[in-house]
Amino acid sequence: MKKKLLLVLSVSALFLFTGCGRTDSPNTLTILNYGKYIEPEILEIFEEETGIKVEYEEYITPENMYTKYKAGAIDYDLICTSDYMIEKLIQENEVSEMNYENIPLSKDLDQTYFEFSKSFDPENKYTLPYFFGTVGILYNKDLVDESKVNSWDILWDENYAGQIIMADSVRDSFMVAQKRLGYSLNTTDEDELRAAQELLIQQKPLVYSYLVDEAQDEMIAENAAMAVVYSGEAGYALEFNDKLAFSVPDEGSNMWIDCWFIPGRARHTEHAEKFLNFLCREDIAMMNFEYVYYATPNTRVKESLDPELQNNTTIFPPAKILENCEVLKSLDDEATMKYNLYWKEIKSAD
Amino acid sequence: MIRKSAERIYLFLIFLFLYLPIGVLIVLSFNNSKSKVLWGGFTLAWYKKLFSNSAIMEAFCTTIFISLASAAIATLLGVLAALGIDAMKKRGQTVMLGATNIPLLNADIVTGISMMLLFVRFTRLGMSTVLIAHITFNIPYVILNVLPKLKQSSRTAYEAALDLGATPLYAFRKIIWPQILPGILSGFLMAMTMSLDDFSVTYFTKGAGINTLSTIIYTEMRKGIRPEMYALSTILFLIALILLLFMNFGPTARKETRE
Amino acid sequence: MRKLKRQLLAGPYILWMTGFILLPIAMVLYYAFTTTGGSFTLLNVSSIAFSVHFKALILSLKLALICTVICLILSYPLAMILNRMKTKSQGFIVFIFILPMWMNFMLRILAWRMLLSNNGIINSLLETLGLPMIDILNTPTAVVFCMVYDFLPFMILPIYNAMARIQPDIIEAAKDLGAGNATIFFKIIVPLTMSGVISGIIMVFVPALTSFAVSDLLGGGKVLLIGNVIEQAFMQEYNWNLGSGLSFVLMIFVIASMALMNSRGDETGAGVW
Repeated sequence: MKKKLLLVLSVSALFLFTGCGRTDSPNTLTILNYGKYIEPEILEIFEEETGIKVEYEEYITPENMYTKYKAGAIDYDLICTSDYMIEKLIQENEVSEMNYENIPLSKDLDQTYFEFSKSFDPENKYTLPYFFGTVGILYNKDLVDESKVNSWDILWDENYAGQIIMADSVRDSFMVAQKRLGYSLNTTDEDELRAAQELLIQQKPLVYSYLVDEAQDEMIAENAAMAVVYSGEAGYALEFNDKLAFSVPDEGSNMWIDCWFIPGRARHTEHAEKFLNFLCREDIAMMNFEYVYYATPNTRVKESLDPELQNNTTIFPPAKILENCEVLKSLDDEATMKYNLYWKEIKSAD
Repeated sequence: MIRKSAERIYLFLIFLFLYLPIGVLIVLSFNNSKSKVLWGGFTLAWYKKLFSNSAIMEAFCTTIFISLASAAIATLLGVLAALGIDAMKKRGQTVMLGATNIPLLNADIVTGISMMLLFVRFTRLGMSTVLIAHITFNIPYVILNVLPKLKQSSRTAYEAALDLGATPLYAFRKIIWPQILPGILSGFLMAMTMSLDDFSVTYFTKGAGINTLSTIIYTEMRKGIRPEMYALSTILFLIALILLLFMNFGPTARKETRE
Repeated sequence: MRKLKRQLLAGPYILWMTGFILLPIAMVLYYAFTTTGGSFTLLNVSSIAFSVHFKALILSLKLALICTVICLILSYPLAMILNRMKTKSQGFIVFIFILPMWMNFMLRILAWRMLLSNNGIINSLLETLGLPMIDILNTPTAVVFCMVYDFLPFMILPIYNAMARIQPDIIEAAKDLGAGNATIFFKIIVPLTMSGVISGIIMVFVPALTSFAVSDLLGGGKVLLIGNVIEQAFMQEYNWNLGSGLSFVLMIFVIASMALMNSRGDETGAGVW
């Protein structure tokens, strides 16, 4: 009996002393980012080069990120999220101005993207563009009639019952219905919202599952015929399965841009800037692009790619498609609550 | 005879239900193909990948640290508490036991959320908040294991020792301690198990970049399943198997099972 | 005097309990009955009557009930068979049936996702056998399946323990007095294992009722349980008052079902080892 206790205790002691525990030091950088949105190795290289310990945390949807940040239980130093959520945080005075002089390599970023960012950061003083893209349908050519993927209607086609993956994110799912109905993505009109909701409830029996980051894997594994995904996810999936293709329907879609910002409560601003500069470094940006596979604003990376890849319309959406796309805007609290409630109602519908 | 075979078949079916999923994971962990179905040859590549995944390895360390530390501290607090409760009057005991039952009976999700609300108000989330949360839901298991042993222990011997001039500490060490030790040990092990397996409470109380195995597997699964996870399953299953075999059938276990 | 001193040993625990059990519960109550502005409201708690929330609660109760019943039906005969095997290896066989409990909860979910997916093992098997494929991943059925798998050992163990405690003499005596097998089963075995059954039910029903991870990972976002609603209120909608209100309701439900069961049984939780 005693021997056993002794054994357990000595094993515990062993673990306690071999440095399994971690110490909190000021030399840390706390980052919050989407899932699968950075090459993990980059974090290790950064730690090695600078000696700064990176505490890296992921979230799934922008709403998820907003809650994590607002809870105030963790002081994040650097956050990456999408346009409309940044707009909301800027309105709430939660974002601190970025000192671009401390991020000299940001000059390598294409000015066009800073122009895009003006829709939520009008004077370009808070954010640094990371990746951008659209939302569309990733489909399996063997299973889907290709003449129909130019319209969102196909997501309501009963022939594909149980083979459709929708986005598990409020705004992205509503976007599909809103575009199909010809509404704006940012509508707060009660009737329009109800109509969109109605459409999504109607669609639910056909849906295989609501997913975000897993959609790509499910498509590669051919568990479903089509999925609503971000363009980069599609670009990545195409590399792994030749049967897959991507289309942004003619009714239009959402064009989004994800940026880094330094939140107001950041405690290690210097480290954050160092990290952003590091991300812009050509070799690192290249590594990251190859992992994330979204349209990168880094001109050096883009120029050094194969011409074929540069012209890959899945990853780099052509102007013609972008013209047809709308950017998400932040909504007031009342509208947000409404979207959330309606979304929940869709999820609990039979 | 028919009944015997019916029984055997029943046992076998349940056995299959319990082990088929684990077996599949183990087989797939050696599969040299990303497919969930096709066998692409034997490989150890996923294990290599697993060991080079620093996030998972760190989570592994954190899990072991949290479960051992929380079980140890909970055992200390719980044993003291059991001794104290044992000395209380009936009504005091009822109140204390009632409160002790709260985290045991409450839903994990509510325990996690309530702790999160508290921590968010007064401090920052980090490793220590996870540790505190785990200690909190571990203590009741220790108390409930120790208290019955304490009640069974012979009071007269203890009183007699005191009357004969033993110091309370000495009398405790010589008379009470040996009797409650099995309870303490099983309380410790149970606390450790609960802590190892916890997901909900950790999920709500963890700080940035801190993960236990449960939370990191959850995050990974939400991003898509990677074969390293199969390798991890295999390893964890083997660890559980070895530990339990040792505890149940090791050299010192015999006496206990007889009790 | 001695007793008073010994009572002081519980001091640290009382402090701990106040700080980390009672105070957090008080926080939940505070959030549950206030608005974001901090004024009193009943809306958070009464919002359980909203059709979304109510539906989620009913679905959770339904799935938890189904799961508990299946676990009970599977476990009781198993416990009897195990108990009857008076061989040397009995301990080992019991051990085999509770071992999966020690594998990480998340990995058990992962295993089922693998098995049930459209192109997973089960379907490939069915296909080669020429049988129709099953399509249960991302449905409540899959969630129940996995819950049963997860919680089965928690039912087996207390029932088995209760059975092992029955003195063979009693059954012998009953036989000598002319009782048939059915009589022995209903008049002796069932009543004497009732306490085990009840702790088993509690240990399966409560986690099944309140889980959110299983439905999250196996429901494909289509199965909204009350646990998911609460989790989303906290992690997605930043509406802690609503989340607390619903948690409060859930707490009441758990306590009520517990009280209902506990009026007929005595032991809880501690039977795992």
